[in-house]
Amino acid sequence: MTLADSRGIKGPTEREATAEQAGEGTHPGPLEYVKIGLILAVITAVEVGIYYIEAIEDALVPILIVLSALKFTLVVMWFMHLKFDNRVFSWLLVGGLALISVLLVVVLGTLGGGLV
Amino acid sequence: MSHAPAALETSTGLDNRKLLMWLFLASECLLFGSLIGAYLLYRGQSVTGPCPSDCVIDGVAYEGLFDIPFTSVSAFVLLMSSVTMVLALAAIQRGDQRGLRVWLLGTAFLGLLFVSGQAFEFTEFNREGLSLSSNLFGTTFYVLTGFHGAHVTVGVLILLSLLVMAFRGRLTQAQSLNVELAGLYWHFVDVVWIVIFTLVYLIEP
Repeated sequence: MTLADSRGIKGPTEREATAEQAGEGTHPGPLEYVKIGLILAVITAVEVGIYYIEAIEDALVPILIVLSALKFTLVVMWFMHLKFDNRVFSWLLVGGLALISVLLVVVLGTLGGGLV
Repeated sequence: MSHAPAALETSTGLDNRKLLMWLFLASECLLFGSLIGAYLLYRGQSVTGPCPSDCVIDGVAYEGLFDIPFTSVSAFVLLMSSVTMVLALAAIQRGDQRGLRVWLLGTAFLGLLFVSGQAFEFTEFNREGLSLSSNLFGTTFYVLTGFHGAHVTVGVLILLSLLVMAFRGRLTQAQSLNVELAGLYWHFVDVVWIVIFTLVYLIEP
């Protein structure tokens, strides 16, 4: 019996050891994944629904961008586990997005392209 | 008795495969961002039809090509494939081999359904007169969505490879990182479509 056993300290399970070596925390369970999936489905339905509402035509672009950003965030935070994993992975994605955002602002701003 | 795998000793303390996958995805942000930027830059600049939505160019009226209900279903299919992908990961992480196979198969099927829908859409657009060289819309649209479709196709091949490994018993709970890496790629392809669906299809010029 080891000292850890005598004190009731359990070693990492196979899954926990694998998770630790991958630099990740505890991931959510299937139920939470399904809940996020349902939210994503509802947001998509709302996006398509408001696309056909002429009364909010002027506000359509900002609303769609916000909804799209919400879906993007939900997928990367929960399904890609950035909410639970090591921050280094988040910074890599943020870095890539920041680089391309600057590029797009400069190019579209200079050459005159845009969302609408 | 199962033995825990020895933790990898890396200078970052993170698994190099996962780090590399995130670096790859960061570079993919630049690829797809550039393609989306090119589409936005040339949006509404075509000097001849066809157009994504109803338009008149040089006195000639063109009927819009985009079929929003159809593309919405495609977007929904790809979104749900992300759910089945995380369920496959959750299954292997708890050692549920049957669940892993079912969800991997479901994800691959939904991916194939999406690619088939895209092939149908491309065929319809081509029949309506839109080719890669028709106008600026055709060039930027086909390159952007074509690259995305190619990524989905590669993702399906990866999923099918994992499925074969699972059926041969070569994908155990200790190797769940393989499924997670495939999942990261798959979810990234999904978030790219979230952006494309909004910026290209829903927001009209």
